[in-house]
Amino acid sequence: MIGISHYLILSGILFSIGFIGVLRRKNLLMLFFATEVMLNAVNIAFAAIGNYYGDLSGQMFAFFVIAVAASEVAVGLGLLIVLYKKYGSLDLDVIATMKG
Amino acid sequence: MYEVIAFYIFAISTVILFMITAMSKNVLYAMTSLAAGMVMISGFFFLLGADFLGVVQLIVYVGAVMALYAFAMMFFDATKDIKEKHGNPALVFLLGGLMAMVFVVMFSAPIIGENVEALYPIVDGIGNAESVGMVLFTKYLVPFEVAAVMLLVAMIAGIILAGKKMDHSLTTTEEIIHEADDEILKESK
Repeated sequence: MIGISHYLILSGILFSIGFIGVLRRKNLLMLFFATEVMLNAVNIAFAAIGNYYGDLSGQMFAFFVIAVAASEVAVGLGLLIVLYKKYGSLDLDVIATMKG
Repeated sequence: MYEVIAFYIFAISTVILFMITAMSKNVLYAMTSLAAGMVMISGFFFLLGADFLGVVQLIVYVGAVMALYAFAMMFFDATKDIKEKHGNPALVFLLGGLMAMVFVVMFSAPIIGENVEALYPIVDGIGNAESVGMVLFTKYLVPFEVAAVMLLVAMIAGIILAGKKMDHSLTTTEEIIHEADDEILKESK
């Protein structure tokens, strides 16, 4: 039978995929995709734990995570467009202006 | 039995699709595989009995967020492969794997503890959407309103950042910013 540990291990795998993406990506748009993967992995864990304890709080938290993710995408994409207009590229090595 | 089959199908396809998202060189491939992976994730929510969350995942993530990404990609050149300089790939995978282990321990800690009790228990006989509505509009009313204001602020920020002065840059000179501000004030009167 599928228990909570299956869902949590899957969530851990997906989170690590997203985390590896965040670490290795240099393109800002691809970095955004990787953060979406991480947010989705956490949502699965919330829903699974809420289901395990028979509690609605997990689902509530997942709703707020989705709301935060939606607003993050709206603001972040606006900033990406401004950055692209200024530098003509979304590569972090090109955009980085601080030494170190 | 069906639950087991469904779980493994969804799990394998989600992992493969998100691997493509994290590793692909093409922005279009990454975005489509991300959208498909989110559809698969809503399948997990339906399996877990969180029907309303699954529908919200489909509408908000696959519908709204992915459409927003697709529109934003019109500003960037999405057809050519992106070139990225990778410094030390082995270190990245090592750190990612260690992170995954830390998170498995963190997630399994409350299960080992077994002291968690349900604050808002799921009642049999009431649909998921109804019970979500009851909890959302009583206990979580203030966070709900705050989230609504946050979404409004995000919408205005997106319009200002992406929409104003489409023909030249917003950030190069201060004059242009002041001009844009004056224009916004004029339009709002």
